[in-house]
Amino acid sequence: MLHIVACIKQVPDTKIIKMNPKTNTMDRSSAPAILNPYDSHAVEEAVRLRVRYGGVVSVLTMGPPPAVKAIRKCIEIGADEGYMITDRAFAGADTLATSYALTKALEKIAEIRPIDLIICGKMTIDGDTGQVGPGIARRLDMPPLTSVNKVAEINQAEGYAIVHRKLEDGYEVIRSALPCLFSVEKDINELPYSTLPNMLRAARYQPHIWSVSDLGDIDKTQLGLKGSPTIVSSVWAPQKPQGGQMLDGDPQDQIKQLLDIVLARKELFESAAGGDGS
Amino acid sequence: MNFEDYRGVWVFIEEKDGAVAPVSLELLGAGKQLADKRKTELAGVIIGDNVRMLAQTAFEFGADKVYIYDDPIYRYYRTETYMRAMLACVEKHKPEILLYGATSTGKDLASAVATDLPTGLTADTTQLDVEEDTGLLLASRPAFGGNIMATILCKKYRPQMATVRPKVMKALPRIKGASGQLIEESIPITEDDIRTKVLEIVRTTIKRVRIDEADIIVAGGKGLGGPAGFQVIHQLAETIGAAVGASRDVVEAGWIEHHHQVGQTGVTVTPKIYFAIGISGAIQHLVGMQNSGLIIAINKDPAAPIFQSSHYGIVGDALTIVPMLTQAFKTALGRKEEVDAGKV
Amino acid sequence: MPEKFDAIVVGAGPAGIACAYELAKAGVNVLLIERGEYPGSKNVMGGVLYRKMMEEIVPDFHKEAPLERPIVEQRFMMMDKASALTFSYKGMEWAEEPFNNFTVLRAKFDQWFASKAVEKGALLVNETVVLECIVENGKVVGVRTDRPDGELRADVVVLADGVNSLLAKSLGFHKEFRPDEVALATMEILKLDKKVIEDRFNLEEGQGCTIELFGDATKGILGTGFLYTNKDTLSIGVGTLLSGLIKHKIKPYELMEYVKTHPMIRPYIQGAEPQEYLAHLIPEGGYNSIPKVVGAGVLVVGDAAQLVNAIHREGSNMAMTSGRLAAETIVAAREREDFSEASLDEYRRKLMGSFVGQDMKKYKDSTHHFDKFPQYFEQYIPMMNKAASQMLTVDGSSKREKQKKIWSDIGPAKQKFKIARDLFRAWKVMK
Ligand SMILES: Cc1cc2nc3c(=O)[nH]c(=O)nc-3n(C[C@H](O)[C@H](O)[C@H](O)COP(=O)(O)OP(=O)(O)OC[C@H]3O[C@@H](n4cnc5c(N)ncnc54)[C@H](O)[C@@H]3O)c2cc1C
Ligand SMILES: Cc1cc2nc3c(=O)[nH]c(=O)nc-3n(C[C@H](O)[C@H](O)[C@H](O)COP(=O)(O)OP(=O)(O)OC[C@H]3O[C@@H](n4cnc5c(N)ncnc54)[C@H](O)[C@@H]3O)c2cc1C
Ligand SMILES: Nc1ncnc2c1ncn2[C@@H]1O[C@H](COP(=O)(O)O)[C@@H](O)[C@H]1O
Repeated sequence: MLHIVACIKQVPDTKIIKMNPKTNTMDRSSAPAILNPYDSHAVEEAVRLRVRYGGVVSVLTMGPPPAVKAIRKCIEIGADEGYMITDRAFAGADTLATSYALTKALEKIAEIRPIDLIICGKMTIDGDTGQVGPGIARRLDMPPLTSVNKVAEINQAEGYAIVHRKLEDGYEVIRSALPCLFSVEKDINELPYSTLPNMLRAARYQPHIWSVSDLGDIDKTQLGLKGSPTIVSSVWAPQKPQGGQMLDGDPQDQIKQLLDIVLARKELFESAAGGDGS
Repeated sequence: MNFEDYRGVWVFIEEKDGAVAPVSLELLGAGKQLADKRKTELAGVIIGDNVRMLAQTAFEFGADKVYIYDDPIYRYYRTETYMRAMLACVEKHKPEILLYGATSTGKDLASAVATDLPTGLTADTTQLDVEEDTGLLLASRPAFGGNIMATILCKKYRPQMATVRPKVMKALPRIKGASGQLIEESIPITEDDIRTKVLEIVRTTIKRVRIDEADIIVAGGKGLGGPAGFQVIHQLAETIGAAVGASRDVVEAGWIEHHHQVGQTGVTVTPKIYFAIGISGAIQHLVGMQNSGLIIAINKDPAAPIFQSSHYGIVGDALTIVPMLTQAFKTALGRKEEVDAGKV
Repeated sequence: MPEKFDAIVVGAGPAGIACAYELAKAGVNVLLIERGEYPGSKNVMGGVLYRKMMEEIVPDFHKEAPLERPIVEQRFMMMDKASALTFSYKGMEWAEEPFNNFTVLRAKFDQWFASKAVEKGALLVNETVVLECIVENGKVVGVRTDRPDGELRADVVVLADGVNSLLAKSLGFHKEFRPDEVALATMEILKLDKKVIEDRFNLEEGQGCTIELFGDATKGILGTGFLYTNKDTLSIGVGTLLSGLIKHKIKPYELMEYVKTHPMIRPYIQGAEPQEYLAHLIPEGGYNSIPKVVGAGVLVVGDAAQLVNAIHREGSNMAMTSGRLAAETIVAAREREDFSEASLDEYRRKLMGSFVGQDMKKYKDSTHHFDKFPQYFEQYIPMMNKAASQMLTVDGSSKREKQKKIWSDIGPAKQKFKIARDLFRAWKVMK
């Protein structure tokens, strides 16, 4: 019986986010909250491993109360249990404080059922660091395996996992002792359309919700803003470039002008002549 | 923690194909400026198997010192082994600032080291500065999908660490024969202590065009309408010997593979010439190409933001202009035969 | 074995939510299925919510629902190309409890309303499309959705799937609607500063105004336009019979552009940023288009049953009331343990006895009438504008001369007779 825990986060959909150009703050109401896209692949992979090897899939999130919705989404994908830690004390956490709080929650989950494998997304689209996963692994003294895009084998009896890690120009096959932690790429799997029974289960599901006081032995100075070594000192709008020259005239003219400009650097083209395109 | 004990700017030097990875050279350039401002030294940390010759490169690109961990156990990157070496080095020599390339290896290593030390780590930095008197690192990065820039500080811990995006910093000119201090380091570590093992490395056989290394890039966006329209990009690129780039929307639509994507979640590129065709110029795209030498935009919407970021712009329909341009290049580059054969 | 519910409601618009809410309140095990990402995500409405019918379901809703503005003024603009004759009523009695009507944004309102139904015990499943009803022995016994393992059973299924209900059609309750039975409406939500809205529409803080547009707003095609104030947005839209669009070969967005640049409208929306663009059908066939609304194990409510009063642009209120009456019927049918068509027919009787049936009957020929005689929109509104202009322009001629001129401009006696007849007809269909 494998127990896999996926760490998931609810994030604003930065694709459609609107910024207030005056204050440089984001208009949160403009962006619907979604399950971090990478994390949905983490949950899907956990569910696939459960189908392959049997076991239980739990998901864990730290976030404000509405993040329950993200847990429900994971139940739709097929997770069995959902845990959420929510407390004012967690607010303002950077990656170090986040990994600390999540580790404390994972320790508590492990008391309910020992954990064999933790799966995180490659990164969140709001925090966008990819640091939380390895952080958790270090705190729990598990080997972190980042950029995982295929799980070749999990052997619980002999206590190892074999995975593919994506490299810039290929991949490596790596073997790790269990328990360990994966951060997964999006291409590890494709999300299927959830079944209706899972949808119903999700609609009914009530996650386990813990506050700081439920986490027992916890060092409060390591939580939230207080426990975060990094602070955001200022935010500013990215520099707006000035813009260059528009080439006028009819298309023939424009092309002639462009050619003159570009071919002033003819050496670039000569070396490339022959052209390997793509 | 006594801040006085922490001195010097360090760069984690990554190896790539037997040489120093370009991002590490860029970081030595950026690190040098910080070190000069703090009137302190710049050091590199090299971890690997048979990597001594990399130290010389580091000196030639500005390092005053190199700490080296050279052992077969470091043959392949593994978090466990590299992290232990780096932790030992930091604890022993105490840098004030430690920079890593925001590559998969650099990010992996930095996250693990930050947790164990512990200290703050700023990810994907694109601008670096330091306060001359306090040594406080000002690490700035795009946030919320590139919609804003945020400057991040780590006031209470040392070293201050950041991963830095490739292709945004500038390497110093190489000084052939420059030398520095090479410090050999080692830690007691054996294969039995390590829980991970690299079984195999598989390189993809198809040689990809590396858009981050190309001198000329022809990039196409959603404005080309579809995979068929996108062909004009391929044709122009082929004619002028350029690599093909794309916006994310194009990649997501499946017109081209992901490794052609330029931008925040794709590759950062700095070619000498960048053509942005049918690309609106979203901030996430801009951050990936705005440092290109010469940017030329073709877009039918005169109000498209891409024009703000280009050196030259043409307002018009790409589907008519680009084939004309391809033709004109063919003539100009003296590929008369092809023109005659009507091979456009 | 597919799971079984007491009742399944398809579609989380006002009709479906009202029905699910009432059922859950009565302890019925009800499932509400919505195809959108969340209730309201795809729903379109100009935005007038009628207090009375909502209050019959959730008393005191205005204290917590996400409402935009209570409406204190309703204007009616009879528009010509560069002029408008406007009537309006503004009353401060509408500015205080219990209020009269409110503007709402459906994406927010439906979501809230659905959460109230969930609080009462309804189960809500989003992002799931009901493909068809499962029929056994002539009785609806469940639904089939687009998801894997996607069948469910229920004693009774309520079709609240909105205008042009594919589900009711597949049961043979109605045929494909004719283009003169549905209107196509397009609307935009425009962002504008709160304060600017209040200044432009002459409102006190927090209060709202609606403007209904007739005549040139639709280029004379049968239909109407509207401009409503929300908190910090405006809702603007035009709706015309599909048949009108086809006949005049005009695209809905062209009409929208036309309204937005009309000199009578432009100043209201100047500088407002488009936030959302929406398009939707409105059932306007009226009483004669109401399909079969009851079958064995199945009820049809809201727009799916064509319950819209096109003249007064009322729909959400009828939707809610029909949903509530369907729920009452189901609760009674459960006690009888009888979900046959005869037993559920109680719903049809209640519906026809309520204001919904009464109003639908009263305006039964209105759309049809105006469609058949386009002169109302094409001629009479411009005529009224011209008359007003002549009357009000001070140019030295006496008022008597002006009246004479207006009268003669209308045309020969035959024409005058025709107008009188048309006005009488219009009065008859509206009365
Ligand atoms: C977290 C995050 C990360 C992202 N990362 C990236 C990234 O790495 N890279 C990236 O590119 N994007 C990224 N994006 C997406 C980015 O925000 C934009 O959505 C994307 O760049 C738009 O692609 P586009 O310019 O091709 O398409 P569009 O924005 O649709 O622009 C198409 C353009 O083509 C023009 N056009 C249309 N027809 C023609 C014609 N016939 N001739 C000429 N011009 C024409 C139009 O005027 C328009 O300007 C990211 C977004 C987020 C939220
Ligand atoms: C532009 C416009 C302006 C209007 N202005 C007003 C106004 O000011 N005041 C007013 O009272 N009325 C107005 N109306 C009419 C009003 O919007 C409708 O009468 C009302 O929304 C009807 O409610 P309903 O619940 O029957 O249908 P809808 O609100 O259309 O809800 C139907 C729901 O069913 C879902 N659905 C459909 N098919 C399926 C399926 N197969 N499976 C699962 N789910 C499905 C849909 O996603 C939708 O959520 C306006 C309409 C329009 C288009
Ligand atoms: N608040 C959180 N709750 C649960 N998991 C998280 C949280 N933040 C980050 N993670 C996990 O860590 C991964 C990397 O996040 P980040 O470092 O923010 O890019 C995510 O994909 C999640 O799997």
